[in-house]
Amino acid sequence: MKNKKIYKSFSDSVKDIKNGSSIMIGGFGGSGGQPTRLMLALRDLGLKNLIIISNVAGISVTTGYGWPKNITPVDQGIFFETKQVKKIICSFPVTGSIKPISEIEKSWQNGDCEVEIIPQGTLIERIRAAGAGIPAFYTPTGVGTIVAQNKEQRKFNNRTFLLEKALSADFALIRANRSDTFGNLEYIGTSRAFNPAMATASKITIAEVNEIVKPGEIDPEKIGTPGVYVNRIVKRKLKDPYP
Amino acid sequence: MKNLSFNNDPAPRLSRNDIARKAAQFLPNSSIVNLGIGIPSLCANYLPSNIEVLYHAETGLLGYKDLYEGEKGNPNIMDAGGNFPIEVPGMVFFDSIESFNMIRGGHINITVLGAFQVSGTGDLSNWMIPSRGIGSIGGAMDLAENTPTVIVAMEHTTSTNIPKIVEQCTYPLTSKNCVNLIVTDVAVIEVKYYEKQKSKLILKEKASGWNISEVQKITNVELFEE
Repeated sequence: MKNKKIYKSFSDSVKDIKNGSSIMIGGFGGSGGQPTRLMLALRDLGLKNLIIISNVAGISVTTGYGWPKNITPVDQGIFFETKQVKKIICSFPVTGSIKPISEIEKSWQNGDCEVEIIPQGTLIERIRAAGAGIPAFYTPTGVGTIVAQNKEQRKFNNRTFLLEKALSADFALIRANRSDTFGNLEYIGTSRAFNPAMATASKITIAEVNEIVKPGEIDPEKIGTPGVYVNRIVKRKLKDPYP
Repeated sequence: MKNLSFNNDPAPRLSRNDIARKAAQFLPNSSIVNLGIGIPSLCANYLPSNIEVLYHAETGLLGYKDLYEGEKGNPNIMDAGGNFPIEVPGMVFFDSIESFNMIRGGHINITVLGAFQVSGTGDLSNWMIPSRGIGSIGGAMDLAENTPTVIVAMEHTTSTNIPKIVEQCTYPLTSKNCVNLIVTDVAVIEVKYYEKQKSKLILKEKASGWNISEVQKITNVELFEE
């Protein structure tokens, strides 16, 4: 029987993403845990009006953030230099220095895209909530700041909290070390980050992996994302230069 | 980076490394610590030898210390500054859900953060310069709002000698009434809370050659001595 989850190429695995789709991109920011090959395949579709959801976004090309020094970084900026993005939802789109200017900031300055900046703990919990069937939750983070604007507030035990809503997407592009043929994923180190939560919060989750192995080859105790959340698996070429 | 220095200064201001060295003295033994980027991240280099802490990074890492230099390091073990820590026994990895459960749940004891402005009531602004119009919140709001002890490590003024300790923050806020201690290149100041939203700034230490009136000249909130 043909395994319907395994895709032969990155371009095949993303080809039904459309203009206006919302897309979560996993990892933390930096190369570890970033689905770099899926991102490049998506960029090559040349779509418009995408909504991108990421954590730290678009600062690696200008600063080397989270990349080995001997490799030229790839980051979310690839979607902005080609004017494919309507909006990005993220926690960290710029560094403290104004120069050199990143593709996201340039695009924002030109009025080509909207940038929504969300506290990181709220961003991940909104994604977690979407995957867990919880429509909204209260958090203390952001009370008294512009993050609280237009949000319902409620006191519990004399402390004020904000109501934050679940955040889902059409697609999640995520990155893991190995997958088995069921789509059970194993992660390494801090490359977990946003990947496990994003896997649960999208209609279609596509995982970029180093290796696809038989069921049982990954210790069941070490599976970070159960295959129930994973729709498509694509294996990288051997010795891919990207981390 | 050079120390800030102005004509009216009675004595040199501390370097960024020395601000970090001073702030590191306030990390209690056995505490769980999150260091922000910039001056705070330098604190790890100056932890007193008799003190042991566990460092937490938003990336999903607990129990790191030294970083690889040059081209070495594993991109799959990264701190929030984008650096690659050296693997050590006892290090633990987790995803971002867990990482922020630790922060929001108050399990991180102490955080050292940078700042653009701190108010006399302990409000913190550290994520956006208004004239730029775009900034990065990252983990700062979660850390500032939910960590029991917040230390700010920063230069006392801007590069044009404008005070950063102010009556009221004019930059977008990160969190209100959250700062407990301000460590700068000329002073150590405690934000002493009397009741909610009421506080006094207590001058605890001055840099060599600085007295309270000299520090007061570059501080927009009244300072008290104990």
